[in-house]
Amino acid sequence: MKILVPIKRVPDPYERVRLTPNGQLDASDVKWVINPFDEIALEEAVRLRESGASVEIVAVGIGGPAWEEPLRTALAMGADRALLILDEAPTDPGVISHLLAAVCEREKPDLILMGKQAIDDDLNQTGQRLAALLGVPQATFASALTLSADGTRARVTREVDAGRETLEVTLPAVVTADLRLNQPRYVALPAIIKARTKPLERLPVGELGVRPPARVTVLKLETPPPRKAGRKVGSVDELITALREEAKVI
Amino acid sequence: MSNVLVLAETDGAHVLPGTLPAITFAQTLGRETGGGFDLLILGGAEIAGEAEAWRSYGAGRVFVAAAPELAHPTADRAAAVCVAAAQQAGAESIVGTSSTFGRDVLPRVAGLLDLPMLSDVLHVEKAESRLMFRRPMVAGNVIATVQVEGDRGIFSVRGTAFGPPEKGNTPSEVQTLNVDGGALPQGTTWIGLEAGEQKRPELTMARVVVSGGRPLRDAETFERLIGGLADKLGGAVGATRAAVDSGIAPNELQVGQTGKVVAPELYIAAGISGSVQHLAGMKDSKTIVAINTDPDAPIFEVADYGLVADLHQALPELIAKL
Repeated sequence: MKILVPIKRVPDPYERVRLTPNGQLDASDVKWVINPFDEIALEEAVRLRESGASVEIVAVGIGGPAWEEPLRTALAMGADRALLILDEAPTDPGVISHLLAAVCEREKPDLILMGKQAIDDDLNQTGQRLAALLGVPQATFASALTLSADGTRARVTREVDAGRETLEVTLPAVVTADLRLNQPRYVALPAIIKARTKPLERLPVGELGVRPPARVTVLKLETPPPRKAGRKVGSVDELITALREEAKVI
Repeated sequence: MSNVLVLAETDGAHVLPGTLPAITFAQTLGRETGGGFDLLILGGAEIAGEAEAWRSYGAGRVFVAAAPELAHPTADRAAAVCVAAAQQAGAESIVGTSSTFGRDVLPRVAGLLDLPMLSDVLHVEKAESRLMFRRPMVAGNVIATVQVEGDRGIFSVRGTAFGPPEKGNTPSEVQTLNVDGGALPQGTTWIGLEAGEQKRPELTMARVVVSGGRPLRDAETFERLIGGLADKLGGAVGATRAAVDSGIAPNELQVGQTGKVVAPELYIAAGISGSVQHLAGMKDSKTIVAINTDPDAPIFEVADYGLVADLHQALPELIAKL
């Protein structure tokens, strides 16, 4: 079985995002990491292999030469090989899903396992759009995943607003990872060194044959206004009085 | 002229109140562009009975797609029906709520129709003859102003950003859409839903939300203190990711960047430090109360009223005195 894991490079979610005066992301001092949800997806693929399934894991990124670093990390985590589509890192899921669909045409994966959203643009679209373009089932927001013994189906538990929903999808399919699918492993130094010898193919985007233009234009970014400063209250009684008489919410 | 289709929020049996903000957005869009909107209700056979209640919001038509194969509307089938309805309605744009249903189905519709999509829309207005949309990014720490090509596409709206819709002048016409169940995608089988009992108001619609973090220690204490205070205030219960991860609270209560986004009149955060991811889900609440033992916890930076106290003492006292 072949599992394709798309990888996005995003600013470290634990560092404060800064904007330039003209409303763009200030990328001058950003620490870049693998999108945390993509890391969970990759970890799940590695665990499927460790649980005994015969699995080839292909990590794919779309971006400039700087994207080799997260792909090397993906190789160190357990991907067998990596594919870098050389392009000016697109941000519109409409574009990304078309490029990934073209990659799927080449690679013919049985399962596309990817993060449910990128933590920078928070769009939550690419997996679903890709499933639509491929005409295959999707199971988004996965918190559990098992493959059938014959490798033709996947059973997925999804975190939905009402609780936990379980679906069975025929493969190939797109599954997107939610937070509680797993806890990604810490990558040890020997794995990083060993990963240097794993194959990383670079493919100019032109060779995929499709590169639709972006149709979403981001005009400016702003920081939302901070909340008005509140105050500390000294006791439960004072809190109740404030909620009744000032805020008038109880 | 109708040019927007609203995909009603559904569990397959009922149209859910989460549909309302999507209608409000469609009405706003209609005012800015001079168009109207239609509403699509899809689900199992009994969903047809829901149409009557949704005729009063000014939709040109209420389309009803009812079939046993849609009783548990998985994304592949819901998206296929939505595309067929959009074609029948002559819709240029499709709108829904940014729930797990909308976030699952709408991007698939965008893929099928190859249209641009904006997620979590907070605001729309016309400026210099173009539609300008605002949406959050980076866990709500950035607000982006964006345009889409041709001013048309797929839009999921953040429920807390749009109030109740206006009532229409005349009842909408109801039209039945024929659904050929056998022609719907067959690759997804619905197995089941594990849901907690719903004895409290729905989290995203509640006037009051009481949320707890890991210091609640166990499910029994969480229910007694967080649930107890919520019941005193007629409110809903929320939880942090840490509380859900450690099994103190079920996943459907998670508030935050990847959970639910709430903006109640009153949000009480007990034993919550205030991570960026949690703040993303609640910082637009009208009044925020924080109860935490750590006076330097970031939650106090967004709280209107902060009480530095041990929740195991403060919450029982609060419950007793309310």
